[in-house]
Amino acid sequence: MKINKFFIIISIYFLSISNLYSIEPDVFVQSTVNRASKVLSENLSKDDKIKKLKQIALETVDIAGIGFYTLGPIRKTLNQDQKDEYAKIFQKYFLKSFSSRLSEYTNPEIDVLGKEILNQKYTIVNSLLKETSERPEIKIDWRIYTKDPENPLIRDLIIEGLSLARTQKEEFSSILKSNNDDINVLFKSLKEFYNN
Amino acid sequence: MIKKIGIILITTLALIVNSNAASDGDLILKKNNPSEIEDCSEGFNRASFTFNQGLDKIIFKPVASAYRVLPSPIKTGVSNSLDNLTNLVTIPNNILQGDFKMAGVNTGRFVINTTVGILGLVDVAQYLGFTEYEKEDYGQSLAKAGVGPGCYIVLPVLGPSTARDTVSTFANFLGGDAWYNVTVKNDTQHFSDIDYYSSKITGGVDFRAKNFDSIENLEKNSLDFYASVKSLYLQDRQQRILNTKKIINTQDDSDWEEIENQ
Repeated sequence: MKINKFFIIISIYFLSISNLYSIEPDVFVQSTVNRASKVLSENLSKDDKIKKLKQIALETVDIAGIGFYTLGPIRKTLNQDQKDEYAKIFQKYFLKSFSSRLSEYTNPEIDVLGKEILNQKYTIVNSLLKETSERPEIKIDWRIYTKDPENPLIRDLIIEGLSLARTQKEEFSSILKSNNDDINVLFKSLKEFYNN
Repeated sequence: MIKKIGIILITTLALIVNSNAASDGDLILKKNNPSEIEDCSEGFNRASFTFNQGLDKIIFKPVASAYRVLPSPIKTGVSNSLDNLTNLVTIPNNILQGDFKMAGVNTGRFVINTTVGILGLVDVAQYLGFTEYEKEDYGQSLAKAGVGPGCYIVLPVLGPSTARDTVSTFANFLGGDAWYNVTVKNDTQHFSDIDYYSSKITGGVDFRAKNFDSIENLEKNSLDFYASVKSLYLQDRQQRILNTKKIINTQDDSDWEEIENQ
């Protein structure tokens, strides 16, 4: 009896310890948004803002995962060297594209409205980008990868129901299709983008 | 008369070619999956896309740029008024899709907004607690009936579409749009052709102004802008056809699963 009680207490203790370090996906999104908003509203040069935004992306986005998802079925045909090269090139491309998109905004106000747990690995966090005098409010859903609850990561942004990861995947697919699935052409396009 | 016969023939032929009854939502989802839709005339589509981009730069972008600095109440009023007119296509499509309840709601919305809301300028129905307005068109009704999208098409001036959606727009000119009927088709002495065409052009400007930054941003950050627009258009259509707020992307996680297991 005593032993049973002891195990129950021990189990509760370990459960509470593990919960202590897990981050709720909605809290994670709100905190990431707040960090980005702070950078965007700071009196910094555009270059400094971009540098800080890139750091936030490196810490909060599953860039490697998105990269291989957007590559589509061709990823199965790549050898390890090509995969490594792609991961490196994609990260540079993603960071430039991400920071360039965000740096155009000044102090965007985003409210996290709720979340929907899809399964153990994914939660969708719903948020709203508040309207300004120039554009209406925009619904943004965040696909959060929660396999490691202590380190949730962003895998997709779904803006008014339109997935950015899916759009990028179809964009890459179009480039590959028009060039006989030559991965080097995609590498070249990605390099051109981040070098310009 | 010959023109009318031509339109009817094209419509019938295209429907026969595309018609393939879908049994459930999954089949509709699969049929309208952007990656399943063929870009049969990519060369023509890309040329048409380039033409539209030129048109946008010369006309729509500058006009939208000026329009978006107008005071918000004016823009909201214009947008509400244009949305109100689209009820005239939405209501028959609610009926075609068997959604009689929504047809009633939208009829009420149209009557209230046109009268109390001063020709639709104020969305009074929204203040009265009506459900959020969802536009429906003949393309969506055909899709619900199981008609496949056919090939992706970029129409000069009108922009992205599919074979099914292009054909379905003819329904508007064959009596399916009451606004077209009272302005262009019939001489009602209250309205003229110019009312119809100016409402369509204003709708284009309103859309461009609402999405001004997003379009600029997308163009600047795309490796292949044509492919991005195509993907976004087809995702949007898929979502409208399914009338779902669900994130469609999550309905197929096989790619993500594969990445994790590799």
